[in-house]
Amino acid sequence: MAPVDGAVAAPGAGRASARRRPGGAAVGRLARLADRYLLLVYTGLAVIYLLLPVAVIILFSFNDPAGKSNFVWQGFTLKYWLNPLGVAGLGDAVWLSLALAFLSTIIATILGTLVALALVRYSFRGRGAANSLIFLPMATPEIVLGASLLTMFVSIGSPPFFPLNFFTILLAHIMFNISYVVVTVRARLAGFPRHLEEAAMDLFANEWQTFWKVTFPLILPGIIAAALLAFSLSIDDFVITNFTAGKTQTFPMFIYAKARIGIPVQVNVIGTLIFVIAVGSVAVTTLAQRRSRSG
Amino acid sequence: MGTLLKRHRWIAPYALLAPGILWLLVFYVYPAFQMFVASFWSGSLEKGFTFSLANYTNYTEAIDQFAPQYLRSIVYAGAATVLTFLIAYPLAYTIAFKGGRYKNVLLFLVVAPFFTSFLLRTISWKIILGDTGILLGPIKELGLLPEDFRLLATPIAVISGITYNFLPFMTLPVYVAVEKVDFRLVEAARDLYAGPWRPGGGIAGALVAGGLAAVLGIVFAWPWPILAAGAALIGGAVGWFLVSESFIRVTFPLSLPGVFAGSLLTFIPAIGDYVNAEFLGNPDTRMIGNVIQNKFLTQNDYPVASALSFTLMAAILVLITVYARILGTEELTTTGRV
Repeated sequence: MAPVDGAVAAPGAGRASARRRPGGAAVGRLARLADRYLLLVYTGLAVIYLLLPVAVIILFSFNDPAGKSNFVWQGFTLKYWLNPLGVAGLGDAVWLSLALAFLSTIIATILGTLVALALVRYSFRGRGAANSLIFLPMATPEIVLGASLLTMFVSIGSPPFFPLNFFTILLAHIMFNISYVVVTVRARLAGFPRHLEEAAMDLFANEWQTFWKVTFPLILPGIIAAALLAFSLSIDDFVITNFTAGKTQTFPMFIYAKARIGIPVQVNVIGTLIFVIAVGSVAVTTLAQRRSRSG
Repeated sequence: MGTLLKRHRWIAPYALLAPGILWLLVFYVYPAFQMFVASFWSGSLEKGFTFSLANYTNYTEAIDQFAPQYLRSIVYAGAATVLTFLIAYPLAYTIAFKGGRYKNVLLFLVVAPFFTSFLLRTISWKIILGDTGILLGPIKELGLLPEDFRLLATPIAVISGITYNFLPFMTLPVYVAVEKVDFRLVEAARDLYAGPWRPGGGIAGALVAGGLAAVLGIVFAWPWPILAAGAALIGGAVGWFLVSESFIRVTFPLSLPGVFAGSLLTFIPAIGDYVNAEFLGNPDTRMIGNVIQNKFLTQNDYPVASALSFTLMAAILVLITVYARILGTEELTTTGRV
C-alpha cells in the first residue's frame, strides 16, 4: 500500500533514485511493516494490559502470605484452594450473592423482555418517554442510584427507619438490571424476521402459539445473553449494594470490609472460580449457538 | 382476557410495559425525587428530619466546601476518558478491520476482565503499582528510578485505575461504530487519491496522534516536560505511519457516534467513582464520590449528602441532554452494547 517511488525500476536506476531521495525506500519499507504489524502488536499489548490484573488475582490465589495482607508474593501453596470457604463469613457472603444474582436476574429478565417486546413491536403514545426512562438508569452514576434509594428507604417511616437487608438489595439490583435486559433483548428483536410470525398466523396458529413456537425460540439467545449480563452485573455490584445493604454482606461487600485489614487468600480463590465459571458458561453458550445456527 | 385484549388492542403494549416501567418509577424516579426532597432536610438520623425550603443552604454548603472534589472528579474522569479513547480506538479499529476470524475471541478478551470482581481488579493494581511491586520493583532494581519514586497513592494511580476499569465501555461502542464503516468507502477514497501516504493525511495524522500522545505524556509524566515532548514525537511518528488521509476523512468521521457514546459511557461512571480513589489514591485525591459515600454511610449527614449527589446528577443530566440532542437517545443506548 505504501508508495514504491522508483524502487521497482531497474536495479541501477533504483539505486540512483534512492540516492536522490535518501530514506525514501526505507521509510516506505518501515511504513509497510508498521501497516502490517504495529497494530497487531499493539492489540496484543492491550489485551495483556486488560488481563494483567486478572492474572494477578489468579496468581495470588496460590500465594502463601506471611501476614494478613496478600500483597507480596511469598511462595506457592494449594492450601487455600483446598479450603476455599475457610474464612468466617465468606461462605455466607458468597451464597447470599448467588441467591441475589439468581433472583434479580430472573425477575429483571422477565420484566425487561416484556418491555423490549412492547418497545419494538408496537408504536404507541409514550414510547419516547418509555425509551428515555429505560436509558436514564444506565446514564446515572451508580453512586447516585444507591444514594437515592438510601434516602427513599430512610424516608419511609420514622426512626429507626426502613430496615436495610437482602430484600432492599434485591429491589435495587432488579432496578438497575431491567435497563440492561431491555437494551440487550431489543438489539436482538430489532432484526427480527416478522414474516415468520405472519406465516405461522396464516397457518392458523393463534397469537399465543405463535409467540411460544416462533417468536420466543428466535429471541431466546437474546434473552440468555441479557440474563448472563444481568447475572454478572448483580453478582459483582458493589456501589449500589453498599448503599442498600445495611449490615448484610454480599461477596463484594465482604471484600470491601476485609480490604482494610487484609484480604484473605480465599477471596482470590473464589474470584478465580467465578472467573472460570463465567468464561466457561459464555464459551458453552457461544458454541451451542454456533452449532444450532450451522445445524 | 383474550377477547378483551382483542377488542382493545391498544392495551397490549401498555400491559407489556407496565411491570418494568412501574418498577423503574418506584425504584428509580421516586428515589431521585426523594433525594431532591432530602436535600432540603435538616435534622439528624436520631431525631428525624424536617423539610424546609430555607435549607437550600445545604447546596451552598455542599458546593462551597467541596468544590475542589467536584473539580477533581471532572479532571480525573476527563483525563481517564481521553486515555480510554487513546487506548481503545486503535484496539477497536484493529479488531474490526484486521480481526478476521479472531474478531469474537478478541472482543471476548476485551470484556473478560468483567468476569472478575471490580474490587479485586482494582486491588490488583495496588499489587502491580506498589512501590516495590511488579512494575516498579524491577525498574528500581536496575537503578532507572529513584528509590522514593512512587505511583501508588498519586493522582496517576487513580486515573490509571479509572482508565483500566472503564476501558471496555469505550472499546465496545467504538468497535460497533468502526465495524459499521463500509470499507468500500475507504477504497473509494483511496481510488480518489487519498493515499495512505499523501502529505495531507500524514501531517494531519502526525498532528492528531502527536497531540494526543502529548496529552498522555502530560497526564502521566507531568513533572518531566521532556517525557511529554518525547511522547508527542513518538505519537507524531506513529501517526505519520498509521493515520492516512482516508482514515482522517472517511473512517474516523463515520465512527464518531461510537466515540461520543463511548465517551459518555466512560465519563459518567468515572465521575461518580470512588473505589479507585479509595484504593489507589491518598486523602488529596478524594473525588466527589468519596465525599458522598462518606457523608451517607459514615456520618449519616443525609441532607448535605443528598445535595451533593443531586448536584452531581443534575450536572450529568445536562451533559446527557446535550449529547442526546446531538445523537438521539436511541443511538446512545443501541451503540453502547454488544
